Amino acid sequence: MRRNKYKTTQSPFNWMNDKDMIDTLIVDAMLAGGIDFFCSLPCNMLAGIIRIIDGRDDLDHIPITREEEGVGIAAGAHLGGKNPAILMQNSGLGNSINALLSLTTLYRMPLLLLMSHRGGRYERIVAQMPMGDAIIPLLETLGIDYCSIFRRSDIASIRVFAKDAILKSEIKAVLLQKELWDEES
Amino acid sequence: MKRVDILRIVLKVAVEIRGFIISNLGFPSRELYHIRDRDENFYMLGSMGLCGSIALGLAVSSPEKEVIAIEGDGSILMNLGSLATAANIRPPNLTILIIDNEAHSSTGFQPTFTAGVTDLAAIARGAGIEDVVTVRDEKELESRFFDAVKSDKLSLIVAKSDKSWEDVPIIDLDPLLMKKRFIKAIRADFEG
Repeated sequence: MRRNKYKTTQSPFNWMNDKDMIDTLIVDAMLAGGIDFFCSLPCNMLAGIIRIIDGRDDLDHIPITREEEGVGIAAGAHLGGKNPAILMQNSGLGNSINALLSLTTLYRMPLLLLMSHRGGRYERIVAQMPMGDAIIPLLETLGIDYCSIFRRSDIASIRVFAKDAILKSEIKAVLLQKELWDEES
Repeated sequence: MKRVDILRIVLKVAVEIRGFIISNLGFPSRELYHIRDRDENFYMLGSMGLCGSIALGLAVSSPEKEVIAIEGDGSILMNLGSLATAANIRPPNLTILIIDNEAHSSTGFQPTFTAGVTDLAAIARGAGIEDVVTVRDEKELESRFFDAVKSDKLSLIVAKSDKSWEDVPIIDLDPLLMKKRFIKAIRADFEG
């Protein structure tokens, strides 16, 4: 039973186009993998996913002020029996590293990081480039298992990564690539 | 007030109402562990600044439990955004206690900005938390803290503390075992 639900602004559009379909598939994959608690900081690429989650009264969704805060909230949700995910830009990993290691990993907690991977050849914001380039070496240094989602057919991996995060009680990361939403259906 | 005496009062009330405590790292956790260890205490060992956030996640996911965050002035100043999040989510079963000794006591009492011009209670009110009080003696703390945990709304207490610390050893619990017994206590309560 939800209480005091924080509502973000709902889109006036209720038709479903290809982009909406991809967002729905991503949410369904997380839910099928067992995720039932969400923290989020917005990104253009994540807007549709966040809107879907926020519209579901059966899911806990907490908008956060900084990604590291989400790592703390996710840890508490795990203590309370939930399986959490954080939705954020890849730059947010940089704001979270100490907590991911000295809280999530130290106490062996499950956590799915669903990140939009900014930077790369389609990026128009120059400040996204450095973390965009650093994100994969960072994940490898931290020992965080990750996958990249480029195509609709890759979305099934999100369910596997969510399930693994919960079963193995560890952090798993998913990088959503811009190409995913540009793919011809 | 000495911090250890504040912790004694918090623990007494927590035991009475079966409250689940998320305790800030360093000497606050060590002193709490030293006074009386219990399964319903979660001792942070790292991730400074996230005490209130962990407690918020627990309170939202366990709405039938009373959750108590034992924060410090130094740690809350690292994560002031968490006060805005808590104020907007408003978990009625969450009480945030900030032990404000105006210093980083675990590293040698270097002053924090609450020793200067910063007022944590005003920040909490500005974040949107309605039930905020500052206490300066043990009698007032006990009565206000008891009311706060029993109330059906989010509460925050700033307890002004002396620069005191107890020479107690580090916590020798395995983090994984400590977490598991905490989760077991939450679930046992749920099933019982």
